[in-house]
Amino acid sequence: MDPIAAKYIGAGIACLGMAGAGIGLGNLFGQFLAGALRNPSAADGQRGTLLLGFALTEALGIFSLLIALLLLFAV
Amino acid sequence: MASGGGGHSPIEQFALQTLMPLKVFGIDASITNSTVFMIGAVGLICTFLHFATQNASVVPGRLQSAAEMVYDFVAGTVRDNLDDGHEGKKFLPFVFALFAFVLVCNFLGMIPGFFTVTSHIVITAALALLVISAVLIYGFAKHGVSFLKLFVPSGVPAWLLPILVPIEIISFVSRPVSLSVRLFANMLAGHIALKIFAGFVGTLLAAGAWSILSPLPLALTTALTALELLVAFLQAYVFAVLTCVYLSDAVHGAH
Repeated sequence: MDPIAAKYIGAGIACLGMAGAGIGLGNLFGQFLAGALRNPSAADGQRGTLLLGFALTEALGIFSLLIALLLLFAV
Repeated sequence: MASGGGGHSPIEQFALQTLMPLKVFGIDASITNSTVFMIGAVGLICTFLHFATQNASVVPGRLQSAAEMVYDFVAGTVRDNLDDGHEGKKFLPFVFALFAFVLVCNFLGMIPGFFTVTSHIVITAALALLVISAVLIYGFAKHGVSFLKLFVPSGVPAWLLPILVPIEIISFVSRPVSLSVRLFANMLAGHIALKIFAGFVGTLLAAGAWSILSPLPLALTTALTALELLVAFLQAYVFAVLTCVYLSDAVHGAH
């Protein structure tokens, strides 16, 4: 296979990892909303935890995006 | 990072430029644009805190209450995640310095044309190793050899230990790796994405009739900038929280 083509295919496959982060973020905000609508008075106290979870989950998606970007521009 | 070869490569912005070659005992200690921005960040923090607390009064002014807000924020993080007693206070300056440095470096990098110090893994790895060294040194100094009980979860049947202890050790060793890669990857990927989407505007403008679509990527770039500002703050916060969580292992020992 042409190495350039292999590089681009690899970058595309690496981006699939972001699907996991998408599922995770959907879960995170969905569960938060479900909980917050049941008990709105307790929601404000958990906003910090929500953002922490957002940053930790999003970072995992960024890892796979990083692999794709490294394949595209640095290899 | 390797610098992009000519043209407008999205990773060109991360290239190190040596401004003043300098050798100290055979070690390359040149002043680069990274060094300049690190000194600038520390200078900015020091100047801000100096002027904010210069004429400290009981009823704080605008600048003073801004500084107090940052202090309260970090102190609250340390209280919640590390220790709410005397030992948490001991680590507050360390966590505050880390948080302020990462935050200001991230925000400085958001200004167009400025260099993002935290987008280089060598910087974030140094910070993470600093944290993990602090954990190890303080842990062994406080608990001695029994600090190693951290790797032996309590209340587990003995036949499971040969499996669990290696897992615990691996998870401990991967802490500095994930701590440094998380910050560096977020900054790097965010800036590359911004640059790529900004590049779409130019490409569309040059594409004849399609140029009517060029406001779309422009709007996307604006939205991405807002997201990146949030991420810049969140990553500094996450770095501070995880530092506190790791340090609390050293302070409290095995549970």
